[in-house]
Amino acid sequence: MTANGHRRAYQSWGRYPRVEQQNVRPVYWRNNDLDLARIDGPVLPYGLGRSYGDSCLNGGGTLLDTSPLNRFIAFDEEAGLLRCEAGVTLADILKLIVPRGWFLPTTPGTKFVTIGGAIANDVHGKNHHRAGTFGRHVTRFELLRSDGERLICSPDENADLFRATIGGLGLTGLILWAEIRVQRVAGPFIAKEQIRFGSIDEFFEISAESDERFEHTMAWVDCLATGKHLGRGLFMRGNYTWPKRIPRKAAEPRSLFTMPVQLPAFALNLATVKAFNSLYYRSQLTRRTFQTVPYDPFFYPLDAIQEWHRLYGAPGFLQYQFVVPYAQDRTAIKDILRQISQSGVVSFLAVLKVFGDVPSPGMLSFPRPGVTLALDFPFRGQRTLALLDRLDEIVRAHGGVLYPAKDARMSAENFQAFYPQWREFARHIDPKFSSSFWRRVTQTTHE
Amino acid sequence: MKLMIIGATSAIAHEAARQFAADGAEFFLVGRDPDKLAAVQRDLDVRGAGRVVLHTLDLNDLAQHEALIAAAYDAMGALDAVLIAHGTLPDQARAQADVEATLEAFTTNALTYISLLTLLAGRFEQQRRGCIAVIASVAGDRGRGSNYVYGAAKGAVSLFASGLRARLSKAGVAVVTIKPGFVDTPMTAHLKKNPLFASPATVGRRIYVAMLKGEDVVYAPWFWRYIMWIIRLIPERVFKRLSL
Repeated sequence: MTANGHRRAYQSWGRYPRVEQQNVRPVYWRNNDLDLARIDGPVLPYGLGRSYGDSCLNGGGTLLDTSPLNRFIAFDEEAGLLRCEAGVTLADILKLIVPRGWFLPTTPGTKFVTIGGAIANDVHGKNHHRAGTFGRHVTRFELLRSDGERLICSPDENADLFRATIGGLGLTGLILWAEIRVQRVAGPFIAKEQIRFGSIDEFFEISAESDERFEHTMAWVDCLATGKHLGRGLFMRGNYTWPKRIPRKAAEPRSLFTMPVQLPAFALNLATVKAFNSLYYRSQLTRRTFQTVPYDPFFYPLDAIQEWHRLYGAPGFLQYQFVVPYAQDRTAIKDILRQISQSGVVSFLAVLKVFGDVPSPGMLSFPRPGVTLALDFPFRGQRTLALLDRLDEIVRAHGGVLYPAKDARMSAENFQAFYPQWREFARHIDPKFSSSFWRRVTQTTHE
Repeated sequence: MKLMIIGATSAIAHEAARQFAADGAEFFLVGRDPDKLAAVQRDLDVRGAGRVVLHTLDLNDLAQHEALIAAAYDAMGALDAVLIAHGTLPDQARAQADVEATLEAFTTNALTYISLLTLLAGRFEQQRRGCIAVIASVAGDRGRGSNYVYGAAKGAVSLFASGLRARLSKAGVAVVTIKPGFVDTPMTAHLKKNPLFASPATVGRRIYVAMLKGEDVVYAPWFWRYIMWIIRLIPERVFKRLSL
């Protein structure tokens, strides 16, 4: 798939699980009659397929491809309000607003997601401690239900459906367009500091000290380091800026290259990843570095390699992201890092961040006060699944939850324990809408 | 830049228009469906377009063409470029069984173009500058058993545009023939997708460049030039036996 979306396969980003037969119905116009009730079986909106597991899949049903809904509707530069159709991508928005001095209120680690998807997963970013989730900046949207009703939803109008749709995994109806509040920024560059830390305790110290002064904070963790190195990594923090001198090659963000083929599954193994992690950690010679970088490599380093998921070969990979409350966070994170480093299962990317206490507006939103860790595991069958099951127990014991957008395998029991509000949420689901994920975690079979 | 787009709600035309909008172009948009036209208008407006004027018309009504061109000049004062992009993909099986359907497809995809081009040619010849672009198709390069009604209409457009190019080149006016291959648009929604399909954005950006440069015949994406070159080389006695 390319950035502006010609797609040949409707999979999820992790390419696990593979879902067999799915029908696809592109949605071309927001104001056309779209009779959802006449489609056979359950339907589910599908944007760019950047959810990792099966929350964007609908095995045996129909996907409503929203990528043709890519039109802007209005940009009020007085109020900083942008209205656009659901299939407009964050990349499209940045291209429009950055030259005019604006930026997204918050952004996930890829700009190749649609605004509909950003709402449905109530995504978060490096400035969560200040801005909260994406849903906080959504002022209203129009929802098409399968009975043909079109509802404007906002914090004041159809407020329950508004809260259910934010983080609602596409199950409450089809978002046709949305309006978001964008942010004036000092400039499209980031004054970035990168600090090496030797342990998880050190991470928490730096993080606490950074949240006051920095809009964006996150850390990369070497999760293969053991013993006294457990939890070592690199902490990144930064603020928007206009540098006095524009760095060369800063003009147009461009993709460096497309991962042309799948690597063989063995390419990422314990030895190569250990070597990479060690090198990456040591590549920073001084404890602290300063640099001004364009926004693109700061927020979207992986977008530079189109189709980077092919790194993981044919079996695909699993993402695992959880959040645990502050109080007990250090033991939970340490437990989990210890489990991973002992398991011999490789996690290539590990990202650690402390969430702020800005409440998420969505009924089923994932972000909440605490510390979150995101991990990538190449899929190695039963061994990987067994490790993740063990991690689930640790997360649950510490009062944490997993992120549905990244999940492909959590048990129905655990999901329902993590999100006890799911029954209340389920009342707002459109009866025509379902997903492979939802059927899995609620253990109902649709038709 | 003042630009008239006929068939402005087509996904390909809209993508080309977005490129011009970013340059601050002014538009006169022609389409059949007022709601869809309004959606395109708002998008171009946000992307930086100057004035955007809408005109609703069923182009198969050939008698209205003269008034349409007059309305465009009235509204815009002048035109620097025109993109003609409307069209349908007729159901070949139905066309084979129904003369009416065949002739209607030919009207939509060929006669309307010929009518509009004839009216525009006089104006552009007099103003001695500008660019007229038409969307033809790779399907017009050779008649295929499975799609010759559409192919013949698009072939007629290509041939007509080729002659018009020769005539208007003396007046310094460019006539650009765009020949898209498979494009993933509402027109092809029912077709099974294969790796040769391109996105409307790819083709739209190519049209923008071709119009600015005043190119002659443009295949979009580029590789179709070579595919069609090979297809044209196949002798008829072999070609007729292929099921293409």
